[in-house]
Amino acid sequence: MSNVRILVACKRVVDYAVKIRVNAAGTAVETANIKHSMNPFDEIGTEQAIQIKEALAKAKGNAEVVVVSCGPAKAQETLRTALAMGADRAIHVETNDELQPLAVAKLLKAVVEKEKPNLVILGKQAIDDDSNQTGQMLAGLLNWPQATFASKVELTDAAMTVTREVDGGVETIKTTLPAVLTTDLRLNVPRYASLPNIMKAKKKPLAKFTVADLAVDIKPRLETLKITEPAKRQGGKIVESVDDLLDKLKNEAKVL
Amino acid sequence: VSALLLIEHKDNKVAASTLNALTAASTLGGSVTALVAGNAPESVVAEVSKLAGVSKVLVAKDAAFTHALPESHASLLVETQKKHGFTHMIAAHSAFGKNVMPRAAALLDVAQISDITGIEGADTFVRPIYAGNAIATVKSNDDVKIITVRGTAFPAAGHADAAAPTEDAPATTANSSSEFVSEHMQKSDRPELDSATRVIAGGRGMKNGENFQLLYDMADKIGAAVGASRAAVDAGYVDNSLQIGQTGKIVAPELYVAVGISGAIQHLAGMKDSKTIVAINKDPEAPIFQVADYGLVADLFTAVPEITKKL
Repeated sequence: MSNVRILVACKRVVDYAVKIRVNAAGTAVETANIKHSMNPFDEIGTEQAIQIKEALAKAKGNAEVVVVSCGPAKAQETLRTALAMGADRAIHVETNDELQPLAVAKLLKAVVEKEKPNLVILGKQAIDDDSNQTGQMLAGLLNWPQATFASKVELTDAAMTVTREVDGGVETIKTTLPAVLTTDLRLNVPRYASLPNIMKAKKKPLAKFTVADLAVDIKPRLETLKITEPAKRQGGKIVESVDDLLDKLKNEAKVL
Repeated sequence: VSALLLIEHKDNKVAASTLNALTAASTLGGSVTALVAGNAPESVVAEVSKLAGVSKVLVAKDAAFTHALPESHASLLVETQKKHGFTHMIAAHSAFGKNVMPRAAALLDVAQISDITGIEGADTFVRPIYAGNAIATVKSNDDVKIITVRGTAFPAAGHADAAAPTEDAPATTANSSSEFVSEHMQKSDRPELDSATRVIAGGRGMKNGENFQLLYDMADKIGAAVGASRAAVDAGYVDNSLQIGQTGKIVAPELYVAVGISGAIQHLAGMKDSKTIVAINKDPEAPIFQVADYGLVADLFTAVPEITKKL
């Protein structure tokens, strides 16, 4: 395939290494003044798009990598990270309203209709709401084929062969293009952006849209009644020896 | 309440996680209709019709359903919903359920409630977020509730004496633009990480990939699966597929043994729902000891072979 446009969706989430705290009112997780990063599965998606672009460049082909994020103004930090990794340009759909997966899928559909990509890549899930829905929903709304939980991707002319992580092993499917791809952990190891590339990314184009520009109904369908801490574990018991441990596992916990 | 349960099956057998999802469907309090789609689903239909709580079985027999491609299954769900008007559509939160259900939800223009661990009413559900570091209770305002169920949160449904009646599911015309090429299922004597009742995991303290053999030796004695922390994966000791944690696999076995793992937050997120946690680490200050039911402060290179010998 000689000329490809790849759209990659990126979400800004609380960094994976941050300890999550529920707010005092029990209505949400604390997110103010807490380190955020690009959703790790979206980093894998961005990396995959850049790898496809690099492979095509060697074969005298051309790919444009467009990254998109929906959310508040700070989503632009995530887009700049993707641009520093090697994406060509960015689209920010700005809103301070809560966005649930169906709403994001509808916003992305509107962006797809403007950009007409051959391939859309999303992370298989975001590590905040853990829904694992948006890619499949987008594929349904577009009536495109979907290849989810990918651990290997090969693009050929107008077709894509994808190895998918399924329960108990892997499965390989072939889809026509355009298609929606969602990434699993083993697909690749994302690169770090170099300092010169971070500087260059500041000058790459970033277009802004509002929800109204895209004429999408983003009203939440699910109402969060409460958020609670998970039950605390009663840990901390120290055993003296291997014999002591095996005795406790056999006779106290009864797991051996 | 009238619920539709999407049956997952492979090699003529109903998937274990579907039995847990059936219990969740029955908990809603109304009727449960099962939907079986496949090329030759007869033996699966016979099994499903005798599951406790199933009141009717819809059968979609078509070569298009031979492999669980999401495009054909989602359009079948949509047609079935249009004809029967179910209030709930339910599947296991397995690779299959996760692939199919959101696509059907979008086509029906309703939200999905993923990976539920509790049911508080016909429209109110409990689900973990942030890899189980917070628990959300959510209420759906949609007419149709599309739900995927975390298997470990509900017991498996049993069998009934009488067989539920069967009828044909509505016909669909959707052509799938994707095709199945091949599959490669792991044929290992060791259980799978996701569903193992015992898991032994190694961290950076293992020092290299070869030393993981110590864990495999111990695992083989007790029929355990072997996993790893992100630190061990990032250090290149083992493959990414072994990673347990927020961005890896989430496990909840009966017994979890953490070896040479310090207990970073993102690792705890992947294993803290295990029933009994054992930590073996030479650093008594390691945070893993705070969540461990039994901590052994010892050099893993002497403790693990000793355990293997004495098991």
